[in-house]
Amino acid sequence: MSITTTVPPRPVHDPDSPLDWSGPLVPGEVVLDERVAPRAAWSGVVAAADVLTIVDVGGNQSADCLLYAADDTAERYSAADTIAWQGNVYVRTGTVLRSNLGRPLMAVAGNEVDRQDTIGGACGKESNTLRYGHHTAYQHACRENFLAEGARHGLGVRDLVSNLNWFMNVPVEADGSLGIVDGMSGPGRRVALRAERDVLVVVSNCPQMNNPCNDFNCTPLRMIVTRP
Amino acid sequence: MTTGRLGAEGLANVGQARADARGRASVSDWMPYLPANTTPYPPDGVDPDTLTWAETVAPGGYTHLRVARGTRLRLEDVDGEACASVLVHNAAQPGERLNVADTQKIPWQAYLGAGHPLLSGDGRVLATIVADTSGRHDAFCGASSDAWNEAKYGDATAEGPSPSGHALLRLAAARHGLESRDLPPAVSFFKGVRVAADGALEWTGSAGPGRSVDLLAELPLVVLIANAPHPRDPRPDYVAGPLRVHAWRSRPTGLDDDVAAATPERERAYRNTIAYAGLAGL
Repeated sequence: MSITTTVPPRPVHDPDSPLDWSGPLVPGEVVLDERVAPRAAWSGVVAAADVLTIVDVGGNQSADCLLYAADDTAERYSAADTIAWQGNVYVRTGTVLRSNLGRPLMAVAGNEVDRQDTIGGACGKESNTLRYGHHTAYQHACRENFLAEGARHGLGVRDLVSNLNWFMNVPVEADGSLGIVDGMSGPGRRVALRAERDVLVVVSNCPQMNNPCNDFNCTPLRMIVTRP
Repeated sequence: MTTGRLGAEGLANVGQARADARGRASVSDWMPYLPANTTPYPPDGVDPDTLTWAETVAPGGYTHLRVARGTRLRLEDVDGEACASVLVHNAAQPGERLNVADTQKIPWQAYLGAGHPLLSGDGRVLATIVADTSGRHDAFCGASSDAWNEAKYGDATAEGPSPSGHALLRLAAARHGLESRDLPPAVSFFKGVRVAADGALEWTGSAGPGRSVDLLAELPLVVLIANAPHPRDPRPDYVAGPLRVHAWRSRPTGLDDDVAAATPERERAYRNTIAYAGLAGL
C-alpha cells in the first residue's frame, strides 16, 4: 500500500547502496533465515549449540543486541562480566558472552570485523537529547526497539542493560576519550554466535542518524541460525 | 530442662537472656553511628550537625541508602583496600538506574573523576562525582560475579569468606524491593583499570589510604554499595578494607554550576534532570 504521510521522514539507505546478503558464517542445516528491515527490531530463541550468523548487509550498520537465558530472563547478558572475565573491552573471535551471573550465554565462533563493541551502549530518545540536542527527541531509537520487542517476551525497562553493538566501532583512546567513530565493517561482513545454552536474542537494527554508527545510511540485517 | 553452652549459670529464662543481650552493647570497627553527628570520623570541612548518615562498612560487607535530592555522600577508602561497587536508582521510579554505557559515552570519557556525571538510561543525571582524591576507578568491569569468586576464591556467598560484589548487591537491593534484574553493571571506586590500545585492561589498583570520592544526589536515590575486591585485582587472596560512608545535606547542581556548564552534553543532562524534578515535585 502506498500512502502519503505527515510523519517526519524515517531514515533509510540510499537506493543505490550496495547490499550483500551473504550467507551463514559456519556450516550447518539452516533452521532460521530472516531479514530485519532498517530501523526495525528482531528477536528469536537460539537453541543450545546452534549458531546465529548476523550479516551486516549494507556495511557498518549497527546491530544493537541483548541476550537473555531463555528459561530465566533474570539471567541476561552482562557487558561488565564479559569484559572483566576476558580482561579486554573489545569483542573478538573467542570472546565468551557472559551473563550477570558470570556464566556463558554465547561465544563468538566467527567474526569478520577487527573488533566488535560492547561499551557504547544503545541510543535512546532521551540520551539523544543529551548527545545531539532536544530537536532529536522525536526520532526513533534502539531503546524504543528494545522496549517494544522485549515486551513481547515479558521484558521491560528493568531488563535493559549495557548491550552489544555488532559492526559498531567504539575506541578508547589513551586519555580515556571514548566515542563512536567510523566503522570497520562492510557489506556482507558477518559475526557468528554459538549458543552455550538456549538464548533469547533481541536485536535493534539501529535507526541512529546523528553519528557514524550506521554510516548515516540505515540498511537491513540478515539473521541466520544454523544447526551443526 | 535445657542447658546451653553457658551451663548452670546460663540463660534458661527470658530475664537472664535479656540481661545477657543488653550486656553485649559495644562498638565494632564496622558499624553505623547514630545519630550521624556522633561519628568518630567527621569528614573534613563538614559541620557534623548537617550529617544525615555515618557508617563504616566491613570488608566484604555492603550498605544501602535512601537519600534525598541534594544529599552529598562521601565514600572514604580508609586503608587503601576498599573497593566500593556502586549502583544508583531513581527512588521515585527505580526502573531508572545507573547506565554505565551512557555514563562513559555521553561525556566522551571512559575514566571517572571529579565533575563526571553518573547518568541513567533516561537522559538524566542521577548523581555527580563532585570531588575525588583517588582517581583510581572503573566503569568497565562491574562488581564481581558469583561465578568469578567461586572460580577465584572457591566461594561467593555473602556469609562466606569471599562474598561476591553481586551477592552483596542482591542483598542490598532486596531491602528496597529490588531484584537481580534491577542490578545493571556497577561502577567501582578506589580500584582502577586503564584500557590499552588493543583493548586489554591494565590494573592501576589503589591510590592508597585515606582517599575519598564525593557523590551529589541529583534526584532522590536508592544507593547500593558493595565493598568487595575488584574482579581484576591480581592478588590471589581476598583483600578488602573498611569503607567509610558519610552523608550530609547539600543542594543539587544548578545550571550555573561549573559541572553543568562544562560541556553541551552535560548542560542538557542537568536541564533534563532539573525539569523532571520540578515537574514531579521532587
